[in-house]
Amino acid sequence: MISIQNLTKRYGGVTAVDDVTFDVPRGSVTGFLGPNGAGKSTVMRMLTGLTPPTSGRAHVLGRDYRDLPNPGERVGVMLDASAQHPGRTGREALTLAALTTGVDRSRIDTALGLVGLTDDEAARRVRTYSLGMRQRLGLAGALLADPQVLVLDEPANGLDPQGIHWMRSLLRDFADRGGAVLLSSHLLHEVQTVADDIVVIGRGRIVASGSMEELVAGSGTLVRSEDDGAIAARLHTAGHEATRSEQGLVTAADPATVGRAARDAGVAVLELRPRDGQGLEELFLRLTVEDAREVAA
Amino acid sequence: MSTTTTTAGPTRPAGAAGPVPDGRPGVPLGRLLRVELRKLVDTRAGRWLLYASSAVAVVAVVAFLVWGSGEDATFAGLLGLTTLPLAIALPILGIMAATAEWSQRTGLVTFALEPHRGRVVAAKVLASVVLGAVVVVLATAGVALAYLVGSALRDGPADWSVPGSLGAGLALTLLVYLVQGVAFGLVFLNTPVAIVASLVLPTAFSIVSGLVTGFERVAVWLDLSLVTEPLTEGTMAGSDWAHLGTASLVWIGLPLVVGTWRVLTREVA
Repeated sequence: MISIQNLTKRYGGVTAVDDVTFDVPRGSVTGFLGPNGAGKSTVMRMLTGLTPPTSGRAHVLGRDYRDLPNPGERVGVMLDASAQHPGRTGREALTLAALTTGVDRSRIDTALGLVGLTDDEAARRVRTYSLGMRQRLGLAGALLADPQVLVLDEPANGLDPQGIHWMRSLLRDFADRGGAVLLSSHLLHEVQTVADDIVVIGRGRIVASGSMEELVAGSGTLVRSEDDGAIAARLHTAGHEATRSEQGLVTAADPATVGRAARDAGVAVLELRPRDGQGLEELFLRLTVEDAREVAA
Repeated sequence: MSTTTTTAGPTRPAGAAGPVPDGRPGVPLGRLLRVELRKLVDTRAGRWLLYASSAVAVVAVVAFLVWGSGEDATFAGLLGLTTLPLAIALPILGIMAATAEWSQRTGLVTFALEPHRGRVVAAKVLASVVLGAVVVVLATAGVALAYLVGSALRDGPADWSVPGSLGAGLALTLLVYLVQGVAFGLVFLNTPVAIVASLVLPTAFSIVSGLVTGFERVAVWLDLSLVTEPLTEGTMAGSDWAHLGTASLVWIGLPLVVGTWRVLTREVA
C-alpha cells in the first residue's frame, strides 16, 4: 500500500536519503529503524508530499500522495507530535482536522476513545500536555478519518512501556483489518515489540530489511564452554566458520551441530543458544556508534 | 490517563474500502475557508487581538465624545477615528494567519491534509478578508451605539451622514492594510519579523522619500500611506486610483506573489 522506489534527497552536497526502496504491503506493520539523523523523517516527509524528492518516487495507495483526493481520509499521518498549536485544546486540534477532511464530528470522540484521552484531557490546551499525551493526540488525528494507511514518525517516543504495549495492539489490530502501517523509531526495542517487518536505515541508505523473524533468527549460535578453542577447531574441520567473542563462540552453524561438535571434542558446555536478534542489535549498535563518532569528530 | 483502552480499531475494515475513488485532488475551498476562519479565532492570541482592537476603537470614540470639539463630533468623523487602531490590528491578524503554520509548525498537519498549498494560501487570504469585514461591521455598529449615546448626552444635533465614498474608502483602506499583512506574513513566514517589516519598511520608505529631493514624485505613486490618504478622506479622484493601484501592486501584489511562491516551494519540517 506504500511503495517507495529509489527515493533520494540531496541538500547541496549532502545526501540525506540515498536510493531508498521498500514496500509496505497490506496487513503489515513496518518498522522504520535508524539512529537520529539517518533520514527516516525525510523519507516520511517525501512520502506525504511535504518535501520534494531529488529523484525517485513514493506512492501511497498507488499514486503520489499529492494526487490523492482528500488524502487525510485515506492516509493517517503523524510526523511530529509536538507540531500542534499550544494554545488550542486537543479537541480543537481534532475539530480542525475533521473539518478539513470532512469527516463526521462524532469521529472525534471515537478517535479520542481509541487513544485513551479523556474528555477532560481533550478540553485542556495542548501546552499543558505531556509528550505521551501529545503522541496520543497525534495518533487520534491520524486515526480520525478511519484511514487505510498510517504513517507515524516516532509514535512511541514519550510513551511508557504500558503505552507502547497498548500502541502495539492498536496498530496490530489496524493492520489485521487490512491496513498498512509505517512507523519509525530510533530505538530497536520499540520497533521489535510493534513491527512485523523492518527496514533499517543508516546515513540515508537501507542497511537491512526483511521480516522480523528473518532478521532476528537465522543469525547462528552462541556457545560458551570450558574450551571454546577445541569446539572452534571441530567446527572448522566440519566446514563451519566460528569466531570467538567476549560472550563466547559465535558461529553460523545451528545449535545441534555445535552441540555435537562439543560432544566430539569432549568439552563441557556452559551455555548454548541461538543468537536471538543479536545480528540486528549489533548492526544497529554499530550504526549508532558510527554516527556518534561522526558527531564527535 | 487511562492506558487500558478499547482495542477497537477502525470501524470499517480498512482494506475493504476498495480502490481510491477518482476525483479532483484537493479539499473543497469552502471547507478550507471555514477551517482557516476558525483558526483565526480559536486561539487566545487571535481572540485577544480582536477584543483589543475593538476596545481601543471604543476608547478612542468615547474619549473623543468626552473631550473632542463639538463640531467635529460627526458619525463620519468617529468612523475615521476608529479606522486608525483597526489599521494597525487587522494587518497583525493577517500576518498571524499567514505565519502560524510555520511558527507553530502546524503546517505539518495542515499541508499533510491538503498538499495543494496554493489552496491553503487562497483560503487564508479569503478568511482574513471575511474576518476583517466582520470586524469592520462590528466596529461600525459599536461606533454607532457610542455616537447615539454620546450625542444624546451632549444634547447637540447628531450628524449621521456618511458620504458613500468615505465609507467605502475607509473599508477599502482597511482591506488594503489587511491583505498587506497577509502578504508580508507569507514572505517572512515568521510572526515577529513580518510585523516589524510591515511597520518599518513602509515608514523607512516614507522617510527616504521625504529626505531625497525628487523622490516625492515617485512616492506619490508608491507610498501606501500617501495614496490611502484621499481614500480615508473620501476624496478619491482619477489619478488617485492609479496611485493606489501602483502602490498596492508593489506593497501587496509583489509580496503576495513572492510569499505564495515561498509557501509552495518551502520544505515543511
